[in-house]
Amino acid sequence: MSSELRDLYQEVVIDHSRKPRNFRKPEGANRSAEGVNPLCGDQITLYLKLTGDVIEDIGFEGAGCAISKASASLMTTALKKKTKAETETLFEQVHSMLTEGPSAKVDPQALGKLAALSGVWEFPARVKCATLAWHTLRSALDGAGAAVSTE
Amino acid sequence: MRAQRQSLRAGGLGAPESLDVVRVRADFPILEQRVRGKPLVYLDSAATSQKPRAVIDAIANYYLEDNANVHRGVHLLSERATQAYEGARGKVKRFINAAHDHEIVFVRGTTEAINLVAQTYGRRRVSPGDEILITEMEHHSDIVPWQLLCEEKGAVLRVAPIDDEGQLLLDEMERLIGPRTRLLALAHVSNALGTINPVRRIVEMAHRRKVPVLVDGAQAAPHLALDMQSLGCDFYAFSGHKLFGPTGIGVLYGRAELLEEMPPWQGGGDMISSVTFEKTTYNKLPYKFEAGTPDIAGAIGLGAAIDYVSALGLSAIAAHEHGLLAYATEALRRVPGLRLIGTAKEKASVLSFLLGDVHPHDIGTVLDREGIAIRTGHHCAQPLMRRLGVAATARASLAFYNRREDVDALVLGLHKVLEVFA
Repeated sequence: MSSELRDLYQEVVIDHSRKPRNFRKPEGANRSAEGVNPLCGDQITLYLKLTGDVIEDIGFEGAGCAISKASASLMTTALKKKTKAETETLFEQVHSMLTEGPSAKVDPQALGKLAALSGVWEFPARVKCATLAWHTLRSALDGAGAAVSTE
Repeated sequence: MRAQRQSLRAGGLGAPESLDVVRVRADFPILEQRVRGKPLVYLDSAATSQKPRAVIDAIANYYLEDNANVHRGVHLLSERATQAYEGARGKVKRFINAAHDHEIVFVRGTTEAINLVAQTYGRRRVSPGDEILITEMEHHSDIVPWQLLCEEKGAVLRVAPIDDEGQLLLDEMERLIGPRTRLLALAHVSNALGTINPVRRIVEMAHRRKVPVLVDGAQAAPHLALDMQSLGCDFYAFSGHKLFGPTGIGVLYGRAELLEEMPPWQGGGDMISSVTFEKTTYNKLPYKFEAGTPDIAGAIGLGAAIDYVSALGLSAIAAHEHGLLAYATEALRRVPGLRLIGTAKEKASVLSFLLGDVHPHDIGTVLDREGIAIRTGHHCAQPLMRRLGVAATARASLAFYNRREDVDALVLGLHKVLEVFA
C-alpha cells in the first residue's frame, strides 16, 4: 500500500468508520441539522443537546464513505462538554489540517484523535468528505436548520 | 489528419471484424502516460471518452488555417469554415442515418438537446393534466427538464418501472401510455447500469398510441450503430465528448416534420431570415435552432471523431467491447464480496458494482492510487439508485481502446481495496 493511502486510511479512521461512536440520536437533543455531499451521496444528520453554550451530548446518523463517517464519529467524541467558542476554534484547526497539511500552523498532536485525519490533505477530492460533519455541526449550532451541502 | 486516417484504414487492422487495440491505443496520446507512478488505466469513458489525435489535429488545424465565422462572410476563410462546419453536419447525418442534413441541430450536448425539446416542443404541446412518461433509469438530464416543464404547465411526470436486473418492464410501460401522454423520453443505454433498451420496439409501442419518443443516446452513440430511419424515434440526443469528440458540442436529431412546427428556442443571429422591430422571420431548419455563432471547432472535431469511429467500424467496436464486457463480468464476479449492479441481458460495456461494505468513494480513491480511473457515486441517477436500494456504486466503463490488461489491473486494484479495508 502506498504511504499516502496508509496516511489516509489510518487504523483509527478504519475503526471509527466501521464502529462509529455516538451513532444515535441523543436523548433530549434540541438541535439538529442535515448535511449532504451531492457528489457521492454522503448524508448525515447531526444532533446536539445544547445546554446554554455547552454541548451536553452529540450524536449522528447517516450513510457515507469511510472518511465522512470516521470524521463525524471522531468529531462527536471530541466535542462533548465543549462550548460553542471552543468548538469553533477546533473546527478552524481541523480545517487547516485538512486543507493545508504539514504547512498548517496547527500541531496535529494537539488535536488528539482528530489527528488521524491528517492524511486527508493529500487527497483534495476527499477533503469535503472530512469536513461534511463539521459544516453540519456549524449549521446545527447556528440553528439555521436548513440542509447543508458541500457544493 | 488525412494521413492518419489513411494509415488507420490501410494500416493492417486485420479482418474487418477485428480491432488491433495496440494500434488503436497509439492514436490516443493521453493513454500513454503514467499517473501516480503507474500506467494509466482509464475506465471512465462513460463519463467522458478520450480523444484520438485525429480529433485534436482537426480542431488545431481549423484554428491554425480556417478560422472564420460561418454563414456570413464573403471571404475565403469564412467559406472554408462554413464548408467544414456544414460538412460535419453531413457526417453526423450519415453516421446516424437521418433522412436529411437539416434534421441535425448542433447543440452543446445531450442535456441542452433535451432542454431544447422540453422548452419548445414541450411547451407548445403540453397542457395542464397532460403527462410525460420517462423511466426509472433516466439520468438527471432526462428527468429535470421534464419536471420543469410539468411544473410550469401543471402536467404530470409518469415513471415506467424496471426490474431488479435493471431492465424496463415493457408491459408496465405500455400501461402507462395513456390518452394524456404527450411524450415518452428514455435512455437508449443506461449510463449507470449499461442496460440497452429495446428502443425500436418501444417506439413502435408509443407510436401506436400516437405518442412521440425522445431518446437520450448519450451512452449509445459510442457503442451502437445508429439508424434514425429504422429506429423511428422522433428526437435523438447525444454528446460529442462521449463519442471521442470534444466537449461543448452535441447533436439533437429531430424529424423534420416536428422541428418545422416547433417554435425557436433562443433568439439571436443565424436563426433569423429577416428582422424588423415589428416582426422577425425565422430562418429555415436547422438554423432556426442555432442562434449565435456556433461551436464551429467543436462540430469539426465531432466530424473527425465520427470519421475515426467509422473507419474502425462500429461492428468491430461492438465485437471488441462485447468480448471485453464478458471477460470483465467474469473477472469481477470472482472478486470476493463484489456484487454487480445492473445485469440486463442486453448490456453495453458498463460495469457498476459494490464491494462488500466498502463505500464506492473509498474504492475510487484506492484505485486512483493504482493509476486506475473509475467513476463512483450516484451517476446523476439518484432515483435509480434509490430504486435499487443503494446510495452509490463504483462504475468501470470500457471503450474500444481498453484491453484485457486494463480489466486485470482493475481486479488487482480491487484486491488492494480489500486489503486496505480488511
